[in-house]
Amino acid sequence: MDLMMHLPVLIVVVPLLAGALIVLLNHRKGAWLITLLTSIFLVYASVQLIQMVGQVDVISYTLGGWKAPLGIELRIDALSALMVLILAASALLVSIYALKSVEKEIPEQNHVLFYTALLLVIAGLIGISITADAFNIFVFLEISSLSTYALISMGRDRRALHASYHYLIMGTIGATFILIGIGFMYVMTGTLNIEDLAQRLPAVADTNAIRAAFAFITIGVGIKAAMMPLHQWLPNAYAYSPSVVSTFLAATATKVAVYVLIRFVLSLYGIEFSLVQMPFDNLLMILGTIGILGGSVYAIYQSNVKRMLAYSSVAQIGYILLAIGLASQPGFTAALLHMFNHALIKGTLFMALGLVFFRFASTELSVMSGMGKTMPLTMAAFTIGGLSLIGVPGTAGFVSKWYLVIALLDASLWPLALLVLVASILTLIYIGRVIEVAYFRPVPEGRTRQKVPLTMMVALWIFALSNIYFGLDTEISQGMASLAVNQLIGVTP
Amino acid sequence: MHELLEHYNYWIVVILMMMGLYIVIASSNLVKKLIGLSVFQVSVFILYITFGKVTEGSPPIITDNTDVYSNPLPHVLILTAIVVGVATTSVGLALIVRIQEAYGSIDEDEIHDMDDKDDFHIEKQV
Amino acid sequence: MIENLQLLIDVSLLAFLVLIVFASIKMTDLFVVTMLFGIFSFVSALLFLDLDAVDVAFTEAAVGAGFTTVLMLSALRLTQPYENVKHRHSVLALFIVILTGAALFYGIADFPDMGDPNAPVHQHVAPEYIQLTQQKIDIPNVVTAVLASFRGYDTFGETVVIFSAGVAVLLLLGMGQVKCKQEPEENLVLWVVVKPMIALILIFGLYVQFHGDFGAGGGFQAGVIFASGFILYSLVFGEMYARRVVPAAILPRLAALGVLIYGVTGLMSLLSNKPFLDYNALSSDPVSGQHLGILLVEAGVGLAVFSTILLIYYSFSGREVKHHA
Repeated sequence: MDLMMHLPVLIVVVPLLAGALIVLLNHRKGAWLITLLTSIFLVYASVQLIQMVGQVDVISYTLGGWKAPLGIELRIDALSALMVLILAASALLVSIYALKSVEKEIPEQNHVLFYTALLLVIAGLIGISITADAFNIFVFLEISSLSTYALISMGRDRRALHASYHYLIMGTIGATFILIGIGFMYVMTGTLNIEDLAQRLPAVADTNAIRAAFAFITIGVGIKAAMMPLHQWLPNAYAYSPSVVSTFLAATATKVAVYVLIRFVLSLYGIEFSLVQMPFDNLLMILGTIGILGGSVYAIYQSNVKRMLAYSSVAQIGYILLAIGLASQPGFTAALLHMFNHALIKGTLFMALGLVFFRFASTELSVMSGMGKTMPLTMAAFTIGGLSLIGVPGTAGFVSKWYLVIALLDASLWPLALLVLVASILTLIYIGRVIEVAYFRPVPEGRTRQKVPLTMMVALWIFALSNIYFGLDTEISQGMASLAVNQLIGVTP
Repeated sequence: MHELLEHYNYWIVVILMMMGLYIVIASSNLVKKLIGLSVFQVSVFILYITFGKVTEGSPPIITDNTDVYSNPLPHVLILTAIVVGVATTSVGLALIVRIQEAYGSIDEDEIHDMDDKDDFHIEKQV
Repeated sequence: MIENLQLLIDVSLLAFLVLIVFASIKMTDLFVVTMLFGIFSFVSALLFLDLDAVDVAFTEAAVGAGFTTVLMLSALRLTQPYENVKHRHSVLALFIVILTGAALFYGIADFPDMGDPNAPVHQHVAPEYIQLTQQKIDIPNVVTAVLASFRGYDTFGETVVIFSAGVAVLLLLGMGQVKCKQEPEENLVLWVVVKPMIALILIFGLYVQFHGDFGAGGGFQAGVIFASGFILYSLVFGEMYARRVVPAAILPRLAALGVLIYGVTGLMSLLSNKPFLDYNALSSDPVSGQHLGILLVEAGVGLAVFSTILLIYYSFSGREVKHHA
């Protein structure tokens, strides 16, 4: 049996079966161990897949032996491989982090199922990223969403329950819109395979049904991606969920939604239809800009730092959408780069906050007073993440912002380029608030420097240092992004 | 008459979808919202099944009596979608039960007010 | 003649559906709304039947009209049965709905006519499915063939979906306990009638499981029906006795086992270096391989669905009514 050949399906099947296995064994420490081992396998597999894609451009895997469009096909191109890498790496770091974090935040009787749900989310998101069948995207979207609702609701604050419910309603509406869109496309073409659809669509592109389908899919995906004004579920969902959950979601979930958007807009509909015939490019730029400004401004006013970062994520999605809306090669490259870098940034920031929560059971700003002295390593990591978020040179965040500004200037959109810089200043303000409280406010009575679990600290610092590494050496991130963009734009009709 | 009826199904389905969506957004009661969501989803299912129908066709089970079958693919897709729907409804109802226990209410507006008043130290009852 | 009859039924059922939903908008008694939803689901099942979708009708009746209604009633027991009328956000809702409706009407404007055999949907993949099912898989029910073989990966995902719902409900509600002192209320008529019914339901469930290749049916429907037998038992004879027959603790493991059966069946073909879920590799003769593969995965599905449905029911019925402090 040639393992390499089957990697595409194994990266989905292994985490799924691992989740089932965990339930079967019902052992707490075993559950964590299986999760960790699965994540290690996923990282190994994603690296292998990237190398293979580098050689053959696209890996195609025919499930069940039935050729598409009869059967379901998995297709891994550079973009998919990049997504898998982000997912796998986040999964691994979060697994390491989870050992102590879950112990602290989740009641013991729920640990086993917690890890099951986590594996199901990971598998679901990977499944979305590698499939070439439109309906299959819907199925795996719901796999990841259902487990996400459960995970979010495990937060200690009762508002986690309400946040999860709100996300369930909005998320299901979004998924149903996507289903409607797929249905409309199917009616006009008779197929569900993305490649096949891409070939058949131009013949029927000028029909109401296809235009409506496009609208429904983009709105449905927009809800999942927290595109403004459909973002309302995100702040509370991120703020009140357990630290492991918010870290993993912030690093991955919305990005996979954006991936789906890119896949539909570029691979399926094609750049000609989506961004020229339909005024989608302008719409994306407008909504992206609103997201950037709205998210950043709301972030400034939050007293709960986790909520602040959640709004910040809305802003960052805005950057990515704006970049896509430019409909240019530098624009797409900037978008993909930021998808990668932002995972590193938010991973760092949320993990740092998770450590704060570990000690103080709260992520309110006031609780972080003097934390520069009582939790120096944590704050240092937070600061690195914060600088990356602002876009200080030497960090990963700077690289994506740089590419975005270049792309904007390339399109002669001076005002928007200026806006991006203004947004960086806004980011400076809210990150600055945290830094000010941590380093320049007095330490409360009786608090001393305490040890925090090594596993959590190690995971945090791997994230933090990767911000610096990928800020200085962009060969991997930028290389992959460029390759993906070439494939996407070259492939479309 | 027949021409009018050709699109009848689709029209009614759209009306059902609109009503379902209306219930979801307009209701403040959490259970009713969920019911509206289910209605919305089932309407989409009817849409899919409608365009799978072939006139003078029969169910896609191969027999010797006929050669014309309705399209099996929408049936397969909707079978999956129904399962997804019931899964979502189950999780939604479980959340509602927990919300009732934690907030004492399943009315969106009342819960919203309580959220606003919440201090960050409130722990939910497990 | 039959066509006109089908059309007449179709028109009436759809009109009926609209009335039902309209009524449920107006009602504030949630018990009534739940029952209306059950009726809605049942009428939809009839509609599916009229539109030749037998498997779908089957599933909708069992899952929607059956299980979902029971679940909602269980949830209402734990919460409140009335809606607060003061809080309605009609204006915003109307606006969004009209917008969405406009997009939908716009979209369906150039749909092919209903039932048109020359529509794109019926050209491309559909005739191939029907033909290939006869040649390569050799079972009458094309839907089962597509579900379990051609698009088996989707169905694997679907099995995982129901499993993850079970996991989610367990995380949220736990398994519940039953106070063992509680004897069920004696009701002679119910007890006499229900006992043979349960037996029939269970047998029917097994029938549906194994005859899914030949007639309407398959793992999902079978799992739900089989679970319904036990749910009926629990409703009539009491939670306590039901849990003695099927202890709650084994259900999550059975569900996981169902998923594993499906996954491992799919992995078997990897040993012959064939793709995941390629049943041709399961036996020396490809057609037998297909039969074996479909049998195994449907068994996995049936097991997973049965366990999850029953376990979700237990979680709700075993939960004590808690009063907010």
